[in-house]
Amino acid sequence: MENIIDYLKQERSQEWRTELRKSMKSKDRTTRVRIQMPEENPVERAKSNIEVNTGFSVQMAVEEARRCLDCPDPTCIQGCPVNINIPKFIKYIEKQDFKMAARTLKETNALPAVCGRVCPQEIQCENSCFYTQKLKKTPVAIGNLERFAADWERNSGDMYIPEVAPSNGIKVAIIGSGPSGLAAAGDLIKLGYSVSVFEALHEPGGVLKYGIPEFRLPNEIVDVEIDNLKKMGVEFINNFIVGKTATIEDLKEEGYQAFFAGSGAGLPNFMNIPGENYNGIMSSNEYLTRVNLMNAAKEDYDTPVFLGKNVAVIGGGNTAMDSVRTAKRLGADKAMIIYRRSIEEMPARNEEIKHAQEEGIEFLNLNSPIEYFADKKGHVNKMRLQKMELGEPDASGRRRPIPIEGSEYDIETDLVIVSVGVSPNPLIPQSLPGLNVSRWGTIIVDENEMQSSIPELFAGGDIVRGGATVILAMGDGRNAAAGIHKYLQNKNKK
Amino acid sequence: MNRIIAVENLSESVIKLEIEAPRIAKKRKAGHFVIVKLGLKGERIPLTISSANVEKGTITLIIQKVGVTSHKMALLKVGDKITDIVGPLGQATHIEKVGTVLCAGGGVGTAPLLPIVEAMHKAGNRVITVLAARNKDLIILEKEMRAFSDEVIVMTDDGSYGKQGLVTHGMEEVIKREKVDKAITIGPAIMMKFSSMLTKKYNIPTEASLNAIMVDGTGMCGACRVSVGGATKFVCVDGPEFNAHEVNFDELLSRLGGFKEQEYKAYQTYLEGLKKATV
Repeated sequence: MENIIDYLKQERSQEWRTELRKSMKSKDRTTRVRIQMPEENPVERAKSNIEVNTGFSVQMAVEEARRCLDCPDPTCIQGCPVNINIPKFIKYIEKQDFKMAARTLKETNALPAVCGRVCPQEIQCENSCFYTQKLKKTPVAIGNLERFAADWERNSGDMYIPEVAPSNGIKVAIIGSGPSGLAAAGDLIKLGYSVSVFEALHEPGGVLKYGIPEFRLPNEIVDVEIDNLKKMGVEFINNFIVGKTATIEDLKEEGYQAFFAGSGAGLPNFMNIPGENYNGIMSSNEYLTRVNLMNAAKEDYDTPVFLGKNVAVIGGGNTAMDSVRTAKRLGADKAMIIYRRSIEEMPARNEEIKHAQEEGIEFLNLNSPIEYFADKKGHVNKMRLQKMELGEPDASGRRRPIPIEGSEYDIETDLVIVSVGVSPNPLIPQSLPGLNVSRWGTIIVDENEMQSSIPELFAGGDIVRGGATVILAMGDGRNAAAGIHKYLQNKNKK
Repeated sequence: MNRIIAVENLSESVIKLEIEAPRIAKKRKAGHFVIVKLGLKGERIPLTISSANVEKGTITLIIQKVGVTSHKMALLKVGDKITDIVGPLGQATHIEKVGTVLCAGGGVGTAPLLPIVEAMHKAGNRVITVLAARNKDLIILEKEMRAFSDEVIVMTDDGSYGKQGLVTHGMEEVIKREKVDKAITIGPAIMMKFSSMLTKKYNIPTEASLNAIMVDGTGMCGACRVSVGGATKFVCVDGPEFNAHEVNFDELLSRLGGFKEQEYKAYQTYLEGLKKATV
């Protein structure tokens, strides 16, 4: 830790930063108002897949960067799961050296254009910003600035490929190409390892591709970041399920010395209520995979999807918001969120809830489905809802929803998307009998180095956490990469 | 990888493809399936592995032309490559010596039945196989089945080959004649439903291999869910084989028809396109 503090101090005392700090009085910085992220018109955007947030202009980015005080003790960095040197990249934006701003991001973050879009900055870096903590003002728009720098670099056509150490010839396997796997791959390739990423689907990217919709994170942006990892030397192998196509034992025989499992939270949860297996009722994983990964809504693609007119999405998380907003874009007359608590308890980001409201999504809060009904063909046409009220807080600290007896009523629906969480993918644990797993099926690891009960196997992301965010998964991937490096150094010393 | 090295027409609508897939060939066991995707814009469909050759590094898939993707597959030639194949997926068939095993294959369901018949035979069971189809042309793999079966009974709906009648007629004939310790049924859902009802009547433990609609095939989407013994199971990771007497076949039938209209429309458009291309 000492080293990091010294490094940050050293960076901060660079002449250009000192000059930049002196160029404007702190008071002139703190009295500025946070620049708002420009957004597409909600009526227009709800008809298409264009990105909702349109991104800062150069002028907006520089203006916002001036707000950052370049604090001597940058608490924002502690709030970042991948420890981006936040003041450094922001000051480069103020200096209008956007190329160096982007490079700074890439020191610790393999996917800045992704994180700038989907990270919940409001509970991470921006929450630990000096403005939030001490000045009680709106924080510097760190996330929007991150996106700006990453987009500027991509659009410049001159992408910086981080330097990699000379190859040490040691093979490491990454299982799953979602955010944790990509982060781990990025760090390990820099350290000189020979890195192969095994992906079960036909395209790399994991949840970034099949889960998060185009209007929040265009697939093209994910592809560019993956392409950068390829340029750094990472090998991507699609259509390969570790545990099925080959076991970890097989891969060890092929020379792999360490493994990172970032296989994600595979299995969608259902509510096990009557009628839930009727046609037209599906998990958000299925709905989003059909639309995002398989392009089912496009005429010339082979995968089909139901285009509902009265779409009910069950749940209050980001995935529920993604599903309901997708349904709206695919022509639903009525796209509803059905959630058993009130809007305050919703786990979705406030920004997502706000965007959904602007786009005309209906919120049926304090409601929960108890039964589905179908037409003669077995396709859902009606659902029975029960009203809820909030009781005492439960283990999660949120007020527990209590059903109101006799409050049941029916509504029409022709597409129901169940978005009530996921369970860990059992494929890896099933294929490794000696592995310690929790009773929920998550892999148990050492918190710092992400090492499992099998010494050469490390794990992170949803397969460890059960269900978390892109950035926490990336943080795990980075910690695991450091853990793998330490493990392999010790092992090969002997 | 994924290169087709042999194509054989088993009937007018049923095609056998031998495909280079050395890793899958090495790992697959009876009961396993793969997910196949053709082209950038293709859909992902599950197909049970019919056989494999570890030395040659190949797997064999048998496909009946029923829609866009299966039709496209049927047009593939030696040397063509299948864009994406992933597997082997699902739980392997539980193979053990139980005594006499009655295996029933309906139509193209005979293809996934073959490796099970082979494995049951090699485990020392007496294997009696009933092959059933609409007509003679749709009876496939009879010779291969005979190699691993103590007896093969062929049934056709129209009597054009073997005996006239349904799969259940052939099965019941055996059940009435001798003690059957286990039954396995693979074929169209409706055929599995009725053969399962028959063996239930005689209290014979029965496995059915379900052909649900899938997207990813790894447990991620839940498109393939089915009720077994009142609980929801995922065919891709919990199956594809289940205790047939506990499967809700009516629900399976309904779910299989979930995209029927879209599939029909897409197939008609595809066939019209093919016709135009050849004119």
